[in-house]
Amino acid sequence: MASLFHLLPTLLQGAAITVVITVGAVALMVPVAFMAGLMRLSATRLVRWPSVVFVEIFRGTSVLVQLFMFYYVLPLLGVAFDPTLTAVIVLGLNAGAYGSEVVRAATTAVARGQWDAATALNMPKWLTMRRVILPQAIVMMLPSFGNLAVQALKDTALASLITIQELASNGRVLVSETHQTGEVYILVLVIYFILAYPLIRLVRSIERHVTRGMMLGPVKP
Amino acid sequence: MIEENAAVRLTAVRKAFGQHVVLDGVDLEVPLGQKLAVIGRSGSGKTTLLRLLLMLDRPDSGTVEVIGQLLGQKRVGDRLVKDDEQHLRKVRSNIGMVFQHFNLFPHMTALQNITEAPIHVLNQPVSDARDHARELLGLVGLSSKADSYPRQLSGGEQQRVAIARALAMKPRIMLFDEVTSALDPEVIGEVLDVIRNLARGDLTPEGGMTMIIVTHEMSFARDIADRVIFMDCGAIAEDASPEVIFTNPQQERTRSFLGSVLRR
Amino acid sequence: MTFDVTYAMQILPTLLSASTVTFEATVLGFILALGGGLVLALMRVSSVRVLARLAGWYIQCVRNTPFIIQLFFLFYVLPDYGVRVDALTTGIIGLGLHFSSFTAEVYRAGIEGVPRGQWEAAVALNLSVPRAWWRIILPQAIVPIIPPLGNYLIGMFKDSAILATISVTELLGAGLSEASLSFRYLEPLTIVGAVYLVFSLAGAAAIRRLEFLLARRYA
Repeated sequence: MASLFHLLPTLLQGAAITVVITVGAVALMVPVAFMAGLMRLSATRLVRWPSVVFVEIFRGTSVLVQLFMFYYVLPLLGVAFDPTLTAVIVLGLNAGAYGSEVVRAATTAVARGQWDAATALNMPKWLTMRRVILPQAIVMMLPSFGNLAVQALKDTALASLITIQELASNGRVLVSETHQTGEVYILVLVIYFILAYPLIRLVRSIERHVTRGMMLGPVKP
Repeated sequence: MIEENAAVRLTAVRKAFGQHVVLDGVDLEVPLGQKLAVIGRSGSGKTTLLRLLLMLDRPDSGTVEVIGQLLGQKRVGDRLVKDDEQHLRKVRSNIGMVFQHFNLFPHMTALQNITEAPIHVLNQPVSDARDHARELLGLVGLSSKADSYPRQLSGGEQQRVAIARALAMKPRIMLFDEVTSALDPEVIGEVLDVIRNLARGDLTPEGGMTMIIVTHEMSFARDIADRVIFMDCGAIAEDASPEVIFTNPQQERTRSFLGSVLRR
Repeated sequence: MTFDVTYAMQILPTLLSASTVTFEATVLGFILALGGGLVLALMRVSSVRVLARLAGWYIQCVRNTPFIIQLFFLFYVLPDYGVRVDALTTGIIGLGLHFSSFTAEVYRAGIEGVPRGQWEAAVALNLSVPRAWWRIILPQAIVPIIPPLGNYLIGMFKDSAILATISVTELLGAGLSEASLSFRYLEPLTIVGAVYLVFSLAGAAAIRRLEFLLARRYA
């Protein structure tokens, strides 16, 4: 057990970088998700299609491929970010693409009657969206956004492959130094779990709040 | 100049949803100040009729006019084209509607529901809007519920808030779409009383509110309507005064409908 | 830097043949995940507290931690316990174990999606528990779970790229090794990305079609 403690400093240093990347990615995810999601709902094709293309590409390829693309190929086109920023951008765009579907689904799920009432009160479309529809939709989006945040946290481990020294790559370094393979990886997994835990609890309490009173599940005879 | 225009005029209005024809070439003219009751079976087109008056749905063909102005369309040369949203809203501002399922905004209090549109659409100062809203809440008997959320109110109370909300925009024409059909029997009366007061001119300073009421409450319709139309299969089957329709309907269809409804 | 079409054409065959490994890993991993997830789900809803707790912990821990770490763990640690399998098999096991935690939740959602009234009716009709499950509950639970399971299949297809990190020569791995030989990343990565995209889109369209057909038959 004591042998594990000397592993902690390196791992926790990596964990700090992991948290930074995750926070950055989530911060990027929200505006991207709303922009792409609301664009998707537009009646104008010129507004819809860029959003569709963006979402399909980022959802249809794996994060790892996207990370390599941004890291190896983008510099050739003259755009070079440092690896950490690259990870934040890729993970943010990726989560934002999935998030756009969450925004779209929640917005269309708000009852039609709300649109009718707002229209009857002569509210213009943008005002209806802002004051009536989105406030109700956002509550529905929260659990899914929580899940996307956990996913972004897990995906930071892939960023270790583009030379970022976060938790996963520090773990690999420790394994090659100490050969305590099993212990190191288990410790790494535990730290990831601890980082994810607050988000998981938050998502679950929101879900419970929303599904209060619905009778689901087996009856014990 | 006295207003010569009808409050509402529908000309040859046709609406179908897919294969199902809901309104089949309807012509209707409602003079200002009239209280019109619309009765008929479900699916006869009553709700669609009201929805077209607000352009919640668009007619496939035909025109809708509100106080002499085309709704949702404008004349370009000798053609009719779709209107821009700004002008549509200008014409629409004369009409308010109360829905069967209330459609109150769940994330706002009763007071906020009523002040929302006057503040953001009519650009009323907040304090004026709030004063007017409290006045309306008093008139519908809900002064104490100003800060309650819809989920804390009974169905009847929610519907009365919905009526106050519509009235806050000072429409000249009010539409009521089966507003008591979703209510428990005990609370239907309180909502009908509010509508009755509105018809009698007690709730609005001007009085003379044009009202189009789709309802199943026959005795209520008989009580407050100046005119009743019976709709069947997307067309107006009979159009007469309440006395004629309810005691001596001319059409067989009207007779059989009333017979089945009043047998309770 | 422009796209070298000749070079792209040259490496295309290699990459496409490597993608068969991707398919193999995905399909076998999916079968494992389907089975494993079912076991976990049944453990979760069973009345034996220990089993339910164990399954619950497994699901929470595995689905909320990175797949790549779990993969490394299996790859480097399994041999120490005498399990000597090649990298591809390790990858398949990894995919199966990781995605079991997701499919288990899909199964659970499907079971819980059956209204409680169905259970009550079965109890009132005095059906035995196994019979109630087999004849009443499961048939109703199955239809709504097919789209989410299909989506996880597509997810596994994309995540199979991670197997490249334990030197499995699947699609991404082949692309990266080509790039390391030619020092050109643009063409291999674009082809790799395009193949993933094409199959993801095709898969998503197939799932939508399946949803439509199921809705027609069962809704």
